[in-house]
Amino acid sequence: MSWFHKLVPSKIRTEASTKGTIPEGLWSKCPSCNAILYRSEVDRHQSVCAKCGHHMRLSARKRLHAFLDPGNRMELAESLVSVDVLKFKDSKKYKDRLLQAQKASGEKDALIVVAGHLEGRPLVAAAFNFEFMGGSMGSVVGERFVRGVNHCVDHRVPLVVFSASGGARMQESLLSLFQMAKTSAALARMAKAGVPFISVMTDPTMGGVSASLAMLGDINIGEPGALIGFAGPRVIEQTVREKLPEGFQRSEFLLDHGAIDMIVDRREMRTTIASLLAHLMADTGAPYTDDQRLMLSPAEDSQNAH
Amino acid sequence: MDLNFLDFEQPIADMQAKIDELRRVGFDNEINISEEIAKLEEKSRKLTESVFTSLTAWQISQLSRHPQRLYTLDYIELIFEDFHELHGDRTFADDPAIVGGLAKLEGTPVMIIGHQKGRDTKDKIFRNFGMPRPEGYRKALRLMKLAERFKLPIICLIDTPGAYPGINAEERGQSEAIARNLFEMATLKTPIICTVIGEGGSGGALAIGVGDRLMMLQYSTYSVISPEGCASILWKSADKAELAAEAMGITSDRLLGLSLIDEIIPEPLGGCHRDREKTAEHLASALKRSLAELNAVSLETLLEKRYQKLMSYGVFEEANPG
Repeated sequence: MSWFHKLVPSKIRTEASTKGTIPEGLWSKCPSCNAILYRSEVDRHQSVCAKCGHHMRLSARKRLHAFLDPGNRMELAESLVSVDVLKFKDSKKYKDRLLQAQKASGEKDALIVVAGHLEGRPLVAAAFNFEFMGGSMGSVVGERFVRGVNHCVDHRVPLVVFSASGGARMQESLLSLFQMAKTSAALARMAKAGVPFISVMTDPTMGGVSASLAMLGDINIGEPGALIGFAGPRVIEQTVREKLPEGFQRSEFLLDHGAIDMIVDRREMRTTIASLLAHLMADTGAPYTDDQRLMLSPAEDSQNAH
Repeated sequence: MDLNFLDFEQPIADMQAKIDELRRVGFDNEINISEEIAKLEEKSRKLTESVFTSLTAWQISQLSRHPQRLYTLDYIELIFEDFHELHGDRTFADDPAIVGGLAKLEGTPVMIIGHQKGRDTKDKIFRNFGMPRPEGYRKALRLMKLAERFKLPIICLIDTPGAYPGINAEERGQSEAIARNLFEMATLKTPIICTVIGEGGSGGALAIGVGDRLMMLQYSTYSVISPEGCASILWKSADKAELAAEAMGITSDRLLGLSLIDEIIPEPLGGCHRDREKTAEHLASALKRSLAELNAVSLETLLEKRYQKLMSYGVFEEANPG
């Protein structure tokens, strides 16, 4: 506060803060390059900064809305809600945290699963809501994920998942840890059925979500600059007591180290994934499972080989 | 024997010191005080009993990390025969925080895999305090695949504070290594029996913890994050670990109550380190019984049951739509 401010009696002092004066909903500021951006323009670009290309966090609803073809969508397992089976309480009750998150986000839990279409191809797309308790994975997230996978297996359609999560939900303790095993097992079954899974890791994808479903894509994609890893950077810094390398645990770092297949700009996500799926699923539909291959006559099989 | 008494065991330690003192006096003076000693020992046992019937989650957490707790290699020595340790992930390195190899359980060949902590300072550093790096999980998976090919049942012993939070572990894909194990273990075509013998620390524990049976030693713990870690995030202070341990329900009886584990293996009074042979006996008989039960079902049934077990994890409600 300047000396001049201190002279003015508090009753007639008006706060001239720089941050608060931008009207909500009209302008927004890029957290990376500080450019002042038109809200409507930011929305049109799916929360990517038009100036520097920084990918801001995006709610699950908005993401799926932008990713899927308009219309003809069906949300799966939307009625599932969490139960506080441990009666967990830290500074706040888990029940209250849930209610608060539900109110703030308008969602029942941290994962939304929708059966829809991408450039005409039927698929299931799911997205984590980081606003909902840090996108943490508890029983409801795990169950919704599995129901999404089951829909894919039953209808032989691909799965695309956008992760954004701090990891397992501590308030559900071991139940949430076991969601890692549950979601991975469902993916193992889907892999055997020959249905492709594309995992898109957005900022941030950490802990138990990263160490289960997110890293198990047939194709792993990172959004530019997304933080992706198992242990959080602060925990690692405290453990090894040295400065972390530049760009550590960012998508570009993961690409360099062979953990992901590619980095895709959010604005290219639809076309890129549509094209990838077209390759993986050829034009006959899903690839052969072992059983189907056995049913082919040798002549047909050799024809297909050409 | 120095029993390394924990803070909450102090009254027992005092009593034990008295007994030891009397023994020394008796030995020096050739006075017969055996009756007195026997009385005190009975008192000590009763005291131990009363302390151990009302242990808090935090006390059990300390027991699960007791410096004299039995580790994987101890159980291998006490329970198994013909152990051949197998090393390395064939890609990068051998991780001493996970040991594994071929062994026999009462004549039956099995693959045994477990976390390994160190006993003294040098050994602790060598074992990285039982915190595996990606190559540890990849070695474990390699051994599991080997077991699958030769139809050997797999026995996993879990005892880790968690996966190692280091720069190089991240560089080599810690997340992927853990995820891959969960993915593969779900459909591995051989029986898998997992037992938490000490600390079941988060993803680092789960990465060798997916199977057909999940058992816990009585004073072991299993949790999504360490009590200290949970406290520092939710209570903003690691000092509240005691509260976090209680809230998360990390003990074997709480987890059995939640149907998240199948069985508790009892420990001797005072914890497994008070009677190593007895503990080993209990573990061995639980393993043999589980193995016999799993061997009795067809592979197809085994895998279907494992899948249904994994799918059953989670508690939720269907809210009324609208």
